[in-house]
Amino acid sequence: MLLGPVVWVLTVVICYFFVAKTWWFPLPISQHGLQYDEQFLRTLVVTGIIFFAAQVALGYVIVRFRDDGRRASYLHGNNKLETLWTSATAVLFIGLVLMGTRIWAEVHWTEAPADAIPIEVLGKQFAWSFRYPGPDGKFGRTDLKLINDAGGNPFGLDDHDPAAKDDLVSASLKVPVGKPIKLILHTRDVIHNFFVRELRLKQDLVPGMEIPFHFTADKIGTYEIPCSELCGLGHFQMRSVLQVMSEADFEKWKQEQLAQK
Amino acid sequence: MPGSLAKDAVKGPPLPPDAGDFGGGGPGGRGTSRRASLTGMVVLLAAITMMFAALTSAYVVRRGMSNDWNALPLPHVLFANTAVLVASSAALELARRRLKSGRRGEFNRYWTAGTVLGMLFLLGQAYAWHELKEAGIFVATNPSSSFFYVFTAAHGIHLLGGVVALIWVSVQALRLQLGPGKRTVVEVSALYWHFLDGLWVYLMVLFLFWG
Amino acid sequence: MSSPEVHSAHHAPTSFIGKYVFSKDHKVIGIQYYFLALFSVLLGMTLSLLMRFHMVHPDMKVGWFEKLWPTAAAGGIMTPELYLSLMTMHGTIMVFFVLTTAPQSGFGNYFLPIQIGAEDMAFPTLNMLSFWTTFLALVVMVAAFFVQGGAPLSGWTAYPPLSGVGRISGPGEGMGQTLWIISIAIFCGASLMGAINFIATTLDLRAKGMSLMRMPLTCWTWFVTAILGLFGFAVLLAAGILLLLDRTAGTSFFIPAGLVVSDQILNHKGGSPLLWQHLFWFFGHPEVYIAILPGMGVTSQLLSTFSRKPIFGYRAMIYAILAIGFLGFLVWGHHMFMSGMSPYSAFAFSVLTMTIGVPSAIKTFNWIGTLWGGKIRFTTAMMFALGFVSLFVTGGLSGIFLGQPSLDLYFHDTYFVVGHFHMIMGVAAIFGMFAGTYYWFPKMFGRMMNETIGKIHFYLTFLGVYAIFTPMHFLGIAGNPRRYADFTNFEFMNSLMPVHTFMTHAAYFTAAVQLLFLFNLFWSLKKGAKATDNPWESTTLEWTIPSPPPFDNFGGHHPVVYHGAYEYSVPGAAKDYVMQTDPAAVSH
Repeated sequence: MLLGPVVWVLTVVICYFFVAKTWWFPLPISQHGLQYDEQFLRTLVVTGIIFFAAQVALGYVIVRFRDDGRRASYLHGNNKLETLWTSATAVLFIGLVLMGTRIWAEVHWTEAPADAIPIEVLGKQFAWSFRYPGPDGKFGRTDLKLINDAGGNPFGLDDHDPAAKDDLVSASLKVPVGKPIKLILHTRDVIHNFFVRELRLKQDLVPGMEIPFHFTADKIGTYEIPCSELCGLGHFQMRSVLQVMSEADFEKWKQEQLAQK
Repeated sequence: MPGSLAKDAVKGPPLPPDAGDFGGGGPGGRGTSRRASLTGMVVLLAAITMMFAALTSAYVVRRGMSNDWNALPLPHVLFANTAVLVASSAALELARRRLKSGRRGEFNRYWTAGTVLGMLFLLGQAYAWHELKEAGIFVATNPSSSFFYVFTAAHGIHLLGGVVALIWVSVQALRLQLGPGKRTVVEVSALYWHFLDGLWVYLMVLFLFWG
Repeated sequence: MSSPEVHSAHHAPTSFIGKYVFSKDHKVIGIQYYFLALFSVLLGMTLSLLMRFHMVHPDMKVGWFEKLWPTAAAGGIMTPELYLSLMTMHGTIMVFFVLTTAPQSGFGNYFLPIQIGAEDMAFPTLNMLSFWTTFLALVVMVAAFFVQGGAPLSGWTAYPPLSGVGRISGPGEGMGQTLWIISIAIFCGASLMGAINFIATTLDLRAKGMSLMRMPLTCWTWFVTAILGLFGFAVLLAAGILLLLDRTAGTSFFIPAGLVVSDQILNHKGGSPLLWQHLFWFFGHPEVYIAILPGMGVTSQLLSTFSRKPIFGYRAMIYAILAIGFLGFLVWGHHMFMSGMSPYSAFAFSVLTMTIGVPSAIKTFNWIGTLWGGKIRFTTAMMFALGFVSLFVTGGLSGIFLGQPSLDLYFHDTYFVVGHFHMIMGVAAIFGMFAGTYYWFPKMFGRMMNETIGKIHFYLTFLGVYAIFTPMHFLGIAGNPRRYADFTNFEFMNSLMPVHTFMTHAAYFTAAVQLLFLFNLFWSLKKGAKATDNPWESTTLEWTIPSPPPFDNFGGHHPVVYHGAYEYSVPGAAKDYVMQTDPAAVSH
C-alpha cells in the first residue's frame, strides 16, 4: 500500500537533513563542547539506526502483508525474540546515558578550579547584568533597597562597603580566553536561564538560590546569550553576549572600567 | 498462552460473597454493586492519601530548607478534638457491628452518637482556629502556621463530606428505612470515617513531633 | 459518594434532559466528553495558528486582532504578553481538555463497560458528575480570557514566582492566573471522580469469563491510565492549593525572600520555586502517559483487527503497560535537569528515564510483529493506527536525547523539546483519537464514515504533521529557544526564519485539512451508510451488540466470555475471527 513508500520517503528526507546538517549546532568553543558533540553524535547514530530500521520495517510490513488474498499466520508471539529486543534496547539506552555521565559529572559534580575567575550573573525581568569582584577579589555588599536600574545599579551595590566600590558591573559577559570562569547565578525576581550555544551549557537562575557554574572558553569571539526559561513578557528580548577576548584585552577592559569609577 | 483458545476453561472474577441473597449472582446484581462500592471507596482513600502525602512532602521540604520555621504552639483543644474523633469512630464501629447482627435499635443509637461526635469535632476544630487567630497566628504568619491551616482545612473539608454522609444514614435509620440492603452505604461511610480518623492522628503526630 | 445503581430494574430515561444532558448512561457521557474535547481541540488549534502567525509576522497589523483584544493587540499588533497568554492557554487546553478527556473519558467511558461485558460503569451518577465538573472547569478556564489582564502568561507549567506573585509579574498574572488555578483544581476533582469509576468498573464489573488476561488491551490502558490519574491529579490538586494561597493569602510555599518585581520589594520569604516543580512534574510526567496510553491501546486493537492476526506478545504488552505506568511515577526529574536540583538526583532520574524507553520499545516491536505475517486491510482507522506507530517512533526517539542530562545542557527549553512533545502528544496521541473515531463511529452512531474522505484526511494530515513538527528538532539543534514571542532580537535566529515560515504554512495547511474530518464526522452522523453490528469483523464485545447499542448495552442478558480478545485467523475456525463470546472452542 501507498503508506509504505510514503513512510520510506519521509524517513529518507528526515535522515538527509540530519546528515547534511542543514540547520546545526554552532561550532563549539570549549573542551566540554567537543565532548558534548561526541555524545550527541553517539546518540544520533544509535537513535538514527533505530529510527531508520523501525520506519523501514513498518513500511515493509505495510507493503508485504497487504491483503491480496493471503492467509494471516496465527502467531501469538515469540518469547525469545521478545527477550532479545528488550535486552538490546535496555543495554543501548542505559549504555548511552552512562557514556554521557562524565560530561555531566565534569559540569556539575566537580567544583570550579581554584584559580577560576568569579563572576556574578544577575538575571532580572528582562536584562542580564554581570558583576566582577574587582582588584580586592571580593564581591561587595548589596541591598535590595539600593537597587536602581535606571541609575546603573541593578545589583543594589552598597557604596559604603569598600569591597563594593571596586566591583565592576557590565551588561555583557566579558572573559579572557582559555581561563576557567566560575559564574555565580542569581536572580532577583523570577526564574531565568543562562544559555550559550557555543559553550553547550545552560543553567536555570532560581530565586532564592545562588547557583555556581563553571566553564573555560577556548575561542575568541562574541556569542549570544538568550534567556532560556520563560520569565514574562520580555523573555524573548532578554539578550546579552559572551565576549571571549585575549587576556591582554580583558585586563585592558578591566582597567578602563576601574578608571571610570 | 493466556487468552488463547488452547485451554478453554471458562474463567472469570470470583462471584461476590452475598451473590445468592438478592437475585444478583453475578455482574449486575446487588452483590457486585456492594463490592464495587467498597472498591470505589478504597480507591478514593488512595487518592486522598496521595494528596496528603504531597502536602507532607511539601511540609518536610519547607521545614528543612529555611531557618524561618517557628514551631507552632498547638491549641490545647486539639487534644480534646482528637479524643472526640476517636470516640466517634468507635461509636460508628460499634454501630456497624450491631447492624450486621440485626440490632437495628442499637445501631441507631450508636450511629447517631458517632455523627454527633463528628460534628462536635468540627466545632472543636473551628474553635482551635479561633484560638490561633486570637493569638495573632494566621495563615501567612509563619510556614508552620501556613501548613497547619492547610492541613486542618483539607482534613476538615473531607470530614465535612463524611458528616453529610453520616447524617444521611442517620436520617434513614431514624426513619426506619435502613434495611440490610443499605448495609453497603454504612460500611463505606464507616470506612471513610475511620480513614479520616487515622489521618487526623497522623497529622497530630506530624504537628507534635515535626512542628 | 453516590450509592451504586442496581440495573435489573433499570429504566431508560425518557425526557430530553435525562437522555442527552444529565444522562447517567456511560455511552452518552462518553460522547459528551468527546464533543467537549472536539470543541477544545478546535479552540487550542486556533490558538496555535495565531501563535505561529505571530512568530513569523510579529509586526504585521491585523485589523481584527484589535477588535478582539483592544489593549493586548492595540493597533492590530499582537503584544508579547498576548502571545504568551495564547501559548499558555493553548498548552493548557490541549493537555487537559483534549488529551486527558477524549482518549480516556471519551472512548474509555463509552467502551470500557461494553468491552468487559457490563451494563454501565460502577457509579453512573458519579460519572455524570465527572463530566459536568469537567465542563465547569472548561468554562472557568475560558473565562480567564475575558477578565482584566486576560489569560495568564506563565505557560501550562505555571512556574512560580512568575505565576505566584500576582499581576506585578506580568499582564494576565492577576485574575487570569487565579482562574486558571481554580479551573485546574476543579479539573483535578473531575478526573479523580472518573478514575474511581474506571478502576472499580474494571475490577468488579467484568462479565463471566472475562478474566484480566482476556481483556482487550484498550481496557488495560484505560485501567492503568485511571491509576496514573488517580495519583497524579491528587498531587496536582495539593500543589494548586498551595500556589493559590501564595497568590491570595500571602503565604510563601514557593516564593523565597529577597525578590524585587516591578520595582517592588516583595514580602515573601522562605519558599522554594523548586518545590512547585517537583510537585507539578510528579503529576506532569504521569500526565503525558495518561495522554498516550489509551492511544496505544487503540493502536494495538486496530493493528490486530485489521491484520487479522492476534496481537504479538499480549502478555508482554500488558507488562509494558504496567511498567510504563509504574516507571512513569519515577522519572519526573527529567523535566528539571537544569532547574538547580541536585545533579546526583538528575543522574538517577536519567537512568530511570532511559529504562522507561524499554517498554515503549517493546510495544513498538510488538506492533510490527503483529503486522508481520498479517493480512492487512487498509481502512481509514487502520491507517491512523499505522500512522501512530510511525509517529510514536519518531517522537519517542527524540526523548533519548532529552533524557540524558548531559545533552539536555543544550536542548532544555529549545524547540527540540517542543518538537518532541508535539510529536508524541500533539500528533501520535491525536492519531490515536482519530483511529478510535473512525473505528468506533459505526458502533456509536450506527452509521459508517466515508472511507475516501477519511483516507485523504489521513494522508494529508500525516504529511502535514511531519512537516510541522520535524523541523522543530532542527531548530532545537540550532539552539532556538522556546516560548519566544518572536525571534528578531538574536542574530543567530535570522537564518532560522525560513524554517519557521515553512512550519507556519504547514500548520495552516494541516489545520485546513481537518475541515475534511469535521465534514465527514457531521455529515456521516446524518447521511452515512447504515452500519451493521460488526462492520470490521472484530472480536471484542462491543461488536456483538447492535450499532448503536441499546440503553443497557446487552439487552438485559449477561454475556459470557470464552476467549481472549485477539483470536483472528484461528486454524480450523469457520471464519477468520472468533468472537470473545463464541463458545466454539477450536483446538490448535
